[in-house]
Amino acid sequence: MSTATEHVEHTEGHEAEHHGLSDKQYIYVALILAALTAIEVSTYYIDFGPFFMPTLFILMTVKFVTVVSYFMHLKFDNKLFTYLFYSGLILAICVYCGFLATFKFFLQKG
Amino acid sequence: MAETAISHDHDAGHGAHSSTGLSNNKLGMWMFLGSECLLFGGLISTYMLYKGRVNSGPQPNNIFDIPFTSVSSFVLLMSSLTMVLAVSAAQRKDERNMNLWLIVTALLGATFVGGQVYEFTSFYREGLGFTTSLFGSSFYTLTGFHGVHVSVGIIMLMALVGMNRNKRIPGDRAEVVELIGLYWHFVDIVWIIIFTLVYLIPS
Repeated sequence: MSTATEHVEHTEGHEAEHHGLSDKQYIYVALILAALTAIEVSTYYIDFGPFFMPTLFILMTVKFVTVVSYFMHLKFDNKLFTYLFYSGLILAICVYCGFLATFKFFLQKG
Repeated sequence: MAETAISHDHDAGHGAHSSTGLSNNKLGMWMFLGSECLLFGGLISTYMLYKGRVNSGPQPNNIFDIPFTSVSSFVLLMSSLTMVLAVSAAQRKDERNMNLWLIVTALLGATFVGGQVYEFTSFYREGLGFTTSLFGSSFYTLTGFHGVHVSVGIIMLMALVGMNRNKRIPGDRAEVVELIGLYWHFVDIVWIIIFTLVYLIPS
């Protein structure tokens, strides 16, 4: 009995480690992502004026972080995975922003 | 004795673990994805640099079909949902739904790749070859590399379904599905960036 209880607790603990959300919650997250994509696409048809670029960058970042946090389970997993992935990402952003700055990309007129 | 048996089952089920107590396989996959950020970072920044360099051939704004690419993006985004549902089913040991969602994910991925092939073909007919301009070279290299990654993901998904049917998946099945899922979601987040920077922001 004790062994069975331990096994159940162990299994539940393990599943809690891996299970971020329920299936229903994953569908809600996907619907939010779809809505964000629809707003992104609307910038092609509607004139957002000076808010065009900030809107696209904010939406892109929110979608990126949502997929990484919930679908890839980084939010619920060990923090070491978060450090590994985001250190690669931040390194890439820094290296290639430096690369683009070398070619005066940011000084070009839009 | 019972505790020892439980501990043994746990180790056998999840393969080798590092000194951190985390799965080596998962640790390796996250390191690989971190390094992939550098690969795609290089390709994206090269495209950003060259997208305005069009000496001959069509300009980006003249050939991009935003409604079509939006549908492709939506398809790939939904494949991330089906992939996470496959991982969830694998963790519940629900083999039937796991196989179903893996196949649906592969089909959605194949739809995306098919759309990309159609897009490349129509661009070529409109005069944008690989060597037409720096824009063409960097565009085909970036989106082509992404398409290859999606294709590799489809092969892994179908191999996983086949191996699961033959009961040939080594170690913890849920972890194997999760690792392939991580790769698949990574391909999706790269497209989230490409869709915004390449297609939606004009040159």
